[in-house]
Amino acid sequence: MSITTIPRLRRPPREPVGGQTRRVSAGLLDPQQLLRSTPDALRKLDPRVQIRNPVMFVVEVGSVLTTIEAIAIPTVFAWVITAWLWLTVVFANLAEAVAEGRGKAQAETLRRTKRETTARRLIGWPGPSVTEEQVPGVQLRVGDHVVVEAGQTIPGDGDVVEGIASVDESAITGESAPVIRESGGDRSAVTGGTTVLSDRIVVRITSKPGETFIDRMIALVEGASRQKTPNEIALNILLASLTIIFLLAVVTLQPMAYYSHAPQSLVVLVALLVALIPTTIGALLSAIGIAGMDRLVQRNVLAMSGRAVEAAGDVNTLLLDKTGTITLGNRQAIEFLPVEGVSVEALADAAQLASLADETPEGRSIVVLAKQAYGLRGRDVTDVEFVPFTAQTRMSGVNLPDGRQIRKGAASAVREWIRAGGGQPASGLGPMVDAIAAAGGTPLVVAEHSNGTARALGVIHLKDVVKDGIQERFAELRAMGIRTVMITGDNQLTAAAIAAEAGVDDFLAEATPEDKMALIRREQTGGRLVAMTGDGTNDAPALAQADVGVAMNTGTSAAKEAGNMVDLDSNPTKLIEIVEIGKQLLITRGALTTFSIANDVAKYFAIIPAMFAAVYPGLDALNIMRLHSPTSAITSAIVFNALIIVVLIPLALRGVRYTPSSASALLRRNLWIYGLGGLVLPFIGIKLIDLIVQFIPGLG
Amino acid sequence: MSTAEAGWLQAGLLVSALALAYRPLGDYLAHIFTTTRHWRVERGIYRLIGVDADADQRWPTYLRSLLAFSVVSVLLLYGFQRLQAHLLLSLGFPGVKADQAFNTAASFVTNTNWQSYSGESTMGHLVQMAGLAVQNFGSAAVGVVAVIALIRGFARSQTDRVGNFWVDLVRTVCRLLVPIAAVFAVVLIAGGVVDNFSAGHAVTTLAGQHQVITGGPVASQEAIKELGTNGGGFYNANSAHPFENPNPFTNLVEIFLLLVISFALPRAFGRMVGDNRQGYAVLTVMAILWAGSVAGISFFESGYHSGAALAAGGSLEGKEVRFGIPASTLFSASTTLTSTGAVNNAHDSLSPFGGGIAMVNMMLGEIAPGGTGSGLYGILVLAVVTVFVAGLMVGRTPEYLSKKLRAPEIKLASLYILTTPALVLIGTGLAIALSGEQASILNPGPHGLSEVLYAFTSASNNNGSAFAGLSVNTVWYNGVLGVVMLLSRFVPMIFVLGLAGSLASQRAVPASAGTLPTHRPLFIGMLLGVVLIVVALTYFPAEALGPLAEGLH
Repeated sequence: MSITTIPRLRRPPREPVGGQTRRVSAGLLDPQQLLRSTPDALRKLDPRVQIRNPVMFVVEVGSVLTTIEAIAIPTVFAWVITAWLWLTVVFANLAEAVAEGRGKAQAETLRRTKRETTARRLIGWPGPSVTEEQVPGVQLRVGDHVVVEAGQTIPGDGDVVEGIASVDESAITGESAPVIRESGGDRSAVTGGTTVLSDRIVVRITSKPGETFIDRMIALVEGASRQKTPNEIALNILLASLTIIFLLAVVTLQPMAYYSHAPQSLVVLVALLVALIPTTIGALLSAIGIAGMDRLVQRNVLAMSGRAVEAAGDVNTLLLDKTGTITLGNRQAIEFLPVEGVSVEALADAAQLASLADETPEGRSIVVLAKQAYGLRGRDVTDVEFVPFTAQTRMSGVNLPDGRQIRKGAASAVREWIRAGGGQPASGLGPMVDAIAAAGGTPLVVAEHSNGTARALGVIHLKDVVKDGIQERFAELRAMGIRTVMITGDNQLTAAAIAAEAGVDDFLAEATPEDKMALIRREQTGGRLVAMTGDGTNDAPALAQADVGVAMNTGTSAAKEAGNMVDLDSNPTKLIEIVEIGKQLLITRGALTTFSIANDVAKYFAIIPAMFAAVYPGLDALNIMRLHSPTSAITSAIVFNALIIVVLIPLALRGVRYTPSSASALLRRNLWIYGLGGLVLPFIGIKLIDLIVQFIPGLG
Repeated sequence: MSTAEAGWLQAGLLVSALALAYRPLGDYLAHIFTTTRHWRVERGIYRLIGVDADADQRWPTYLRSLLAFSVVSVLLLYGFQRLQAHLLLSLGFPGVKADQAFNTAASFVTNTNWQSYSGESTMGHLVQMAGLAVQNFGSAAVGVVAVIALIRGFARSQTDRVGNFWVDLVRTVCRLLVPIAAVFAVVLIAGGVVDNFSAGHAVTTLAGQHQVITGGPVASQEAIKELGTNGGGFYNANSAHPFENPNPFTNLVEIFLLLVISFALPRAFGRMVGDNRQGYAVLTVMAILWAGSVAGISFFESGYHSGAALAAGGSLEGKEVRFGIPASTLFSASTTLTSTGAVNNAHDSLSPFGGGIAMVNMMLGEIAPGGTGSGLYGILVLAVVTVFVAGLMVGRTPEYLSKKLRAPEIKLASLYILTTPALVLIGTGLAIALSGEQASILNPGPHGLSEVLYAFTSASNNNGSAFAGLSVNTVWYNGVLGVVMLLSRFVPMIFVLGLAGSLASQRAVPASAGTLPTHRPLFIGMLLGVVLIVVALTYFPAEALGPLAEGLH
């Protein structure tokens, strides 16, 4: 088999901490993209494709009508209007094509990983007589077993049933550091298209060919499986009915115009119609949706449906796992507390000795603290015997050559050890241990055994370190109306202390999967939408129950099946970003709808006087822009209407700027920009265009 | 006192009276539709019509009951008119012609009260009292119950029941309309409105002409005509007739009556959804539009620059000298904004822009404050559309009063806002395009177009007022306008009740800082914007060829 160089998705910058993160922000529009997408845009002129967008379909029909009229009675005006009407449709298609084009490029990259895999299928596994055969990856069926060895590509999605291996998943995650996959437990899932770097595993295939994770990813980023989301459908209905209203207004205008001895040409009527119907939002609506999904993909999140993205914007309650999301995930030593009669230096020294061989983050943090606070350097440790931590002893430590033994560990275990060594734990120890636990920390008791008796030296205060800036993040969420609930296996006291420090609204301590499930149900019964992340198989029911369930890519396939999004970076903090992207998607739609509708006012003032000022000169008073002539006025309105689509394509793709704040503040801001802007901008734009088009011979 | 001072005084009195009534009447309305206790007389009625008063209906059943009641009403009223010659107190009038009887039946049952007939020379006392006046109560109540069902849709959660039509109807009539109408009938009689069974006095005028002056049960009908935003006058001249509206006092009382229920309903709405601020927000939008409209018409009427008008201190053509300009414009604005359609002056003689505003008032969809019930549901549907667009801008699936607005709700709201413009525009377009119907236009040029546009706007918004100058007592106009009135009343109601059902079935979403507040000035401004841009601008091209063409020189 051939191992191709695995292409990589754009790798997003890693998010170091909870705060100070990038906001949902730009993906810039490359002008060349417009050019590249033009053939696609032209292909979409097919009425069978166009009819899916009712607003633009009306424009297309109008363009056909004006073309016929322009051929029958050729005038410069008729041809200019006809050309710009066609351009309006093309621009709308272009917006969609550009949005789709980005996904297509990614899909192409992914597709390359799919090719040329050959599977080594095991017949009769597990059993006494296993035979191996080479089959193309696409012929694998659910339940087949395959063996994959170092350097080979995993031929399909599945679970590791035998062995352990390091796997390069950069093909789908963009993350080059290998990950460990092993049979059993929560790290058994492997994805087709990823590469085994070391060792040998047997994988049971869990997905049909064509329905693998990569296949779904390709379909998603390509937009092939794109279905309109609920809000998009609702908005389409509103836009369609506005279109019908304006269609009626224009159609019934002609008899009134006849009565008024000012019958209008078909070209003018179509121009009026196109100017009035909400073409701006109609043209950009589907591009906004595609780009929203794309923004998620750029952040390495795969949403299984657009519905889930929208639901993310609606989320009321975020369930966040403490470890990795709120805290750094490792506890750190912050203080040495000696018992009476022991100097703090002596304690620090003993603690350091006991931790020198301790490679856990906690152990290292003790060494670091001893060095920083008391200047104790690492020392020669060749002739000592280290006692590693075990689940039975719940202690680790060191036996020095002079017979001195030092231990550190859980308070109860070390107390036992002291008594066994013939000593009595100091009376001050208990209160110290309790005080640390009450403050949300973890107490590690340090004791020594020398000269025949054991005694306690003191306590190391290990603390869960809350991520920098996470408080601000939660405050923002609160301002957005989102409640945060911390989920932790810690006891009540510890959980309460960390919850207070991180600034979450609520917490669930000693949480079992059942507790999580009950919490989600309770929130949902109150009408709230819940979002959560999870990775383990026991998270699966909760992920399925939550309205937005983000499964970590490192998780089990059960978890990935249950959730409606998968985070390829397996970064639980990303849930917050997902919520922001969901909101931004809706805001962009709302803002451009408002803009589009507000535009109508100026267009009325351009076109109506142009149509009827000849017969009722008084109506020229409505020509407040003082446009040059009736034909230049109508042309300017139509040109503006078409150009504004192109101008807004970058905005549609990038989404409007979103800063977390209350609904009132958001509305005020967007209403000023897109409502008032939509009212005023076309007056200026149409006037400027009129200043130019009036010089076109035949329009002046 | 100058005219302007009189105008301010009257407007001030009116607003104070409405403000005083807002809370008690609104609270009383909310009480009527939330209490579980029945009056004895109501129980009697329920037994009579065989209704289980304690069983709530699903929205389709509610709608069917409403439509059945209205169909029966149309048939009864049609039969009444056709058989008038054989009835008591007919004053010797023959049966009404089929097309006119249909038109009138449709008109009164739909709360439009468009009158292609002249009351005193067509209808006998019994038809007026037992036919037309009964519908004044019935049609007003139907509007109220429809909005109550919609409010329940917002207030209730996870249920398919929106109330019981028959209970709501009976309570509206027994507890609201009859008591208030009775009190104010007496007030109007005290103010000089006639109320008798006189068949008429033959008199000789100063000029030596003979004239029959018809009396009748006017005051009793006048009270409900205004209170129920009906507007069908006993006399052809409607509230300009001295027997219906003899002086500025009765004039003010009548304006108060036609506004009071519609302006108090937002309070009931706020109460029933558990947040009075929501009621104030809707009220504010209504009040701003109403005040703007009164100011606009007054401005154009008092400042109309034609020679004779200027000499008289404004445009007094078609107005009653006993009211003058302020009392006339106050009435005109209020009647066109409430789907009442009663008039105390000739709207055809309003200045081009004044008449244009009267027309725009109706084109807004009768929402400021609109007809009894229909005004509130109209503005609530527009609020739904506003919340949808605004809600998207705050990054959530839009919610109004804790209910999500998704495709089903938006579909119903969209169909609602589509219906009326479609009827106005298609009707006007047809009438203008058909040469036969063009012949009904008595004035040439843009004013003629305005007359047709006004007629269809009035019928399609169930207003009922008219620009004269259009001969509408033709088979075509009677038939088409009758159909338009029926469609424009009941098709939107289907959507309103559908919306009620859809909302009631939802689970309420708790509000948070991320929820769009719908009681703040920002939202009020946005709702105003939607009303003016989305609704009013639809008619801009037609307006341009009518009142604007006439008024801009």
